[in-house]
Amino acid sequence: METLFFYLVALVAVVSGILVVKAKNPVNSAISLVMTFVCLATFYVMLNAPFMAAIQIMVYAGAIIVLIIFVIMLLNLGTDVQIRTSHSIVGGVVASALVLFQVLYLLGRGQVAGMQGNIDAAVVESVGHTELIGTALFTEFLLPFEITSILLLVAIIGAVVLTKRTV
Amino acid sequence: MITVNHYLVLSAILFSIGTFGVLTRRNAIVIFMCIELMLNAVNLTFIALSNHLGNLDGQIFVFFVMTVAAAEAAVGLALMIAFFRNRESIDVEDFNLLKW
Repeated sequence: METLFFYLVALVAVVSGILVVKAKNPVNSAISLVMTFVCLATFYVMLNAPFMAAIQIMVYAGAIIVLIIFVIMLLNLGTDVQIRTSHSIVGGVVASALVLFQVLYLLGRGQVAGMQGNIDAAVVESVGHTELIGTALFTEFLLPFEITSILLLVAIIGAVVLTKRTV
Repeated sequence: MITVNHYLVLSAILFSIGTFGVLTRRNAIVIFMCIELMLNAVNLTFIALSNHLGNLDGQIFVFFVMTVAAAEAAVGLALMIAFFRNRESIDVEDFNLLKW
């Protein structure tokens, strides 16, 4: 049952990914990308990471996609598709096939290491995933957290400066 | 039985689909969306391995990847708007000011 569910959601995720690449209208690409994000959030729940699933929906599907659709609507892009030249499509196919076969070969050769930590499904259910992530984020990873806040400040200032008409 | 290898293979497939999109499309916003697809594939790898190893470090890294992706989305789309004001087009074939 879990196997069937995994394959179903994986199929929807891959088909949505292909639609992102193949759609002529950029809004259709954005809608397919939302579908991919939702499928990935489902996978995060299956992998005992429910907080990350909620954050995925809020940040990616809720903020980044909305920003992208704002910009598409603002620029009022048409749907005229310009086909790239044939050698660039062949180059794209070769590069992505190389990436895929390289990763599959490495996965087939190696052995993913066994269980080493102590956070498993029972701990996540009893303590609560949010508390676990919060504890790790504010004790062990405090410096990256503060640096990320400065990065977000820089991004806000940068976005405002870049879109001013007269700087 | 779903092992961690299933998630890793799915992540590889999504990453290669995103690579193909980045190299093939001409609309700058669609290229940006394919980059987000690649980032999400890597996020899936991190969380699958974090679940397999029983460690939270992968999920903390995914937290920071999401934050950086949000910041990158804001700045990148502002850049595209600024470029569109200049050139009236966001076809990457028209981004040729640095060509000699």
